[in-house]
Amino acid sequence: MYKYDNYDKTIVNERVAQFRDQTMRFLAGSISEEEYRPLRLMNGLYLQRYAPMLRVAIPYGLLSSTQMRMLAHIARTYDKNYGHFSTRQNIQYNWPRLETVPDILAELATVEMHAIQTSGNCIRNVTSDHFAGIAVDEIEDPRPYCEIIRQWSTFHPEFSYLPRKFKIAVSGAGHDRAAVHVHDIGIFLSKNAEGETGFKILVGGGLGRLPHIGVVIRDFIEKKYLLSYLEAILRIYNLFGRRDNMHKARIKILVKAIGAEKFAEMVEKEWEQIKESVLLLDDKEIDRVKSYFISPGYQIDAENDTSFDKNMASNKSFANWVKRNVTDHKAAGYRAVYISLKAPGTPPGDATGEQMDFMADMADQYSASEIRVTHDQNLVLGHVKQGDLFSLWTELNIQHLATPNIGLLTDMICCPGLDFCSLANAGSIPIAAQINKKFDDMDYLHDIGDLQIKMSGCMNACGHHHVGHIGILGVDKKGKEFYQLTVGGSAAMDASLGDRLGPAIAKADVADSIGKILDAYVEIRQEGERFLDTYRRVGITPFKDSVYAE
Amino acid sequence: MRIIKNNQVQDDEWSLIVTVDSGDTIPDGDIIIPFKYWKENQTTLDNRVGKTAICINGEDRIEDIVSFITQFDLIALEFPAFKDGRCYSHARLLRDRYKFEGDLRAVGDVLRDQVFYLNRCGISSFYIRDDKDIEDALNALKDFTVTYQTAADGALPVYKLR
Repeated sequence: MYKYDNYDKTIVNERVAQFRDQTMRFLAGSISEEEYRPLRLMNGLYLQRYAPMLRVAIPYGLLSSTQMRMLAHIARTYDKNYGHFSTRQNIQYNWPRLETVPDILAELATVEMHAIQTSGNCIRNVTSDHFAGIAVDEIEDPRPYCEIIRQWSTFHPEFSYLPRKFKIAVSGAGHDRAAVHVHDIGIFLSKNAEGETGFKILVGGGLGRLPHIGVVIRDFIEKKYLLSYLEAILRIYNLFGRRDNMHKARIKILVKAIGAEKFAEMVEKEWEQIKESVLLLDDKEIDRVKSYFISPGYQIDAENDTSFDKNMASNKSFANWVKRNVTDHKAAGYRAVYISLKAPGTPPGDATGEQMDFMADMADQYSASEIRVTHDQNLVLGHVKQGDLFSLWTELNIQHLATPNIGLLTDMICCPGLDFCSLANAGSIPIAAQINKKFDDMDYLHDIGDLQIKMSGCMNACGHHHVGHIGILGVDKKGKEFYQLTVGGSAAMDASLGDRLGPAIAKADVADSIGKILDAYVEIRQEGERFLDTYRRVGITPFKDSVYAE
Repeated sequence: MRIIKNNQVQDDEWSLIVTVDSGDTIPDGDIIIPFKYWKENQTTLDNRVGKTAICINGEDRIEDIVSFITQFDLIALEFPAFKDGRCYSHARLLRDRYKFEGDLRAVGDVLRDQVFYLNRCGISSFYIRDDKDIEDALNALKDFTVTYQTAADGALPVYKLR
C-alpha cells in the first residue's frame, strides 16, 4: 500500500497543527460556529445529537494492520470502544470530545492517517473496489489512480468551497462493487479500440433527495489526461453549480438542468485549455505510485493444499461460510475473505476495539497485514491461502465475525440513524435489529439468496436506500417514525433506482412487510432467479399486493 | 484601510465602493467600483481624478471582462459569503489563462482560514473582514509549506519534486 514520504508527512502534520489552532480559536470564541463549521467538516468533525462524530478517512478502503490497531486504540482511548465503518469506506467515531479531536488527529498522523475532506463541500475521500488488485475481472488495479486523485484533491485550493460535497469512485473491474454509478464522478478503467487502457468517465450520479444514475460523458480518456479532465469537470461545477439552494447544489442537478451533452461540451471546451498544462500526468509518476500496490509474494504451491476440500466436505458450517463469505482470487490457491460486520445483535458496520485488534492480528497472520473496507460495511482480508481458511474461520467465529451472510438479507447497509445523527428522521439501527430478529433462520436466508437491503434514516440517503434491492427510508410523520419501502434498486453494473412500493409503514411492521415481499417472491420466482431479477420480470404489483392487502 | 499584501499588513489607498446607483456622485481618488457600473459609465469615470478598478463576483462571467482587464491595475473579487467558492475559479482564470498581472484583491467575507487557498488561486491582496484581526490572518499564509497540486502560484505538483 501507499507509504508516506516526507512531503506527505509534512502536509498531514501541518494539517493537524492548523486544525488544532482552528479548534482553539473556536473554543476561545474568536471564530464563530458558522465560521468554524466548514473548517471542522473538512476535517470530518460533526456536532451530532449527543456528541461530536469524527469521520476518519480510509483512502479507497485500504488499511494496514498497524493502522487498524491505531483505530482500535482511538476507539478505546477517546470513544466508547467501538467504531462504525461507513458506506464510503471510512470509519466514524460517535463519542469523541471536541477538545480531544486535535490529539486524535495527531495520533492518526503517526500511522499515516487523517480525517482530511471526509465531509464538507469539497472533494471527499476517493472510494474504490474492495477487490482492487485481486479481482479476476479486473482490467487494471484502480488504487494507484485513487492515490493520484487523493493527492491532487487534497487541499485543492480552487475546489475547497464547492457548491456541495463531491464524491469520486474508481473501479478497474467488470463488476461494479464500489457504487461507481451513484457518485458525482464515477471512473472505470477501460480499453479503447487500440487496446490501450484509459478511463471511462461518468458524471452526475448521486443519491440523496433527488437520486440519479451517473451518465457517461466520455468513453475513453488517456491516462495522462486524468487530472486535467477532472479539473475541467470540477471547474465547470464550481462556476455553474447552484448555490442558492443546498438541496439543488449537487453536480447531478447541474447535469440534469443543462443536459449531459451540453455539460460534456462545456467540460471538453475547458479541458482543451488545460490538457497540456502541468496537470499532464507522466508515466514516471504513474509507475512510481503503482510500485506501492504490487501484489504480496504469493506462494506458488498454495493450490496444492488438500485440507480445504476435506474441510468443505466434512464441516457444513465451514462450507456455508465459504459459500457466502469467501470469493475467488486472481492468484491460484488464494481467496479473498469477507469479515462480516453484520452479526445479529450488533449495529451493521460496527466493530469493537477488541475486534479491530483481533482483525489486525488475523491480517498479520493470514493476509499480508492488509485489510479492506467494503462500501457495504464489511471488511475483507484480501490474500488468504485456501489452506488457511479453516483456521481463519475458526478464529473469526470466536469473535462473532464469521456470520455466513454476505450478500444475504441480513447483510444490510444501515446508516447511524436517529440514534446518533442530527439529520435523521427515524431510527435505522432498531430496524436492523428488528429484521435480524425476524429473519434468524439461516436456511431461510440462504434459500432467499442474494438480497441487498439498504436503509437510511432520512432522505440524505447515507444508507443508499435508493439502490437497495429493497430500500428502507425512515420518515417522520407527525413526530412518529415511519418507513417508506422501495423495491428494485441496484448499485451494480445494472444500476437502477428502486420504485416506491406504497405508503410508508409503521415502525413495528417493517420486518413483517419485508417478510410479505419475500413471500411473494418465493411464490413467483423461477428456478435460480434472484429477487431483483424476479422483480424486474414481473414488476411491482405482486409485491405491493402482498404488503398492502387488507 | 489596511490590507494584506506582499506577506505583510500595509495601508492602502483604494476606496471600495460596494453599491452604486446611476445618479450617485463618484468621488475623486482611486476607487474600486462594480464592473457593471464601470461598463455603463466609462466616460464619466475616465474624467475623474484618480484610478479606477473593478469589482466582480461569482455571478459575473470572466469571459465578459477579459477584453478590458489590461486597463486595470487592480481587480477585486467579491466574496458575499466566505463559502461562495466561484471567485477561486475566477482568480485562477484571470491569472493562469488571461495572464492578468495586476493586483487581485479579495473583498467581502474574507477570513483568515480561507487566505491560504485564496492566495494559491492567485489573489494577491486581502481586505480582511472588519471585525477580524488582520495580523492574525497574515499567519494563514504559512499554514502549509508543501502543496500537492499546481495552482496559480505556479507550484509544481509535489510529485515532480520527488
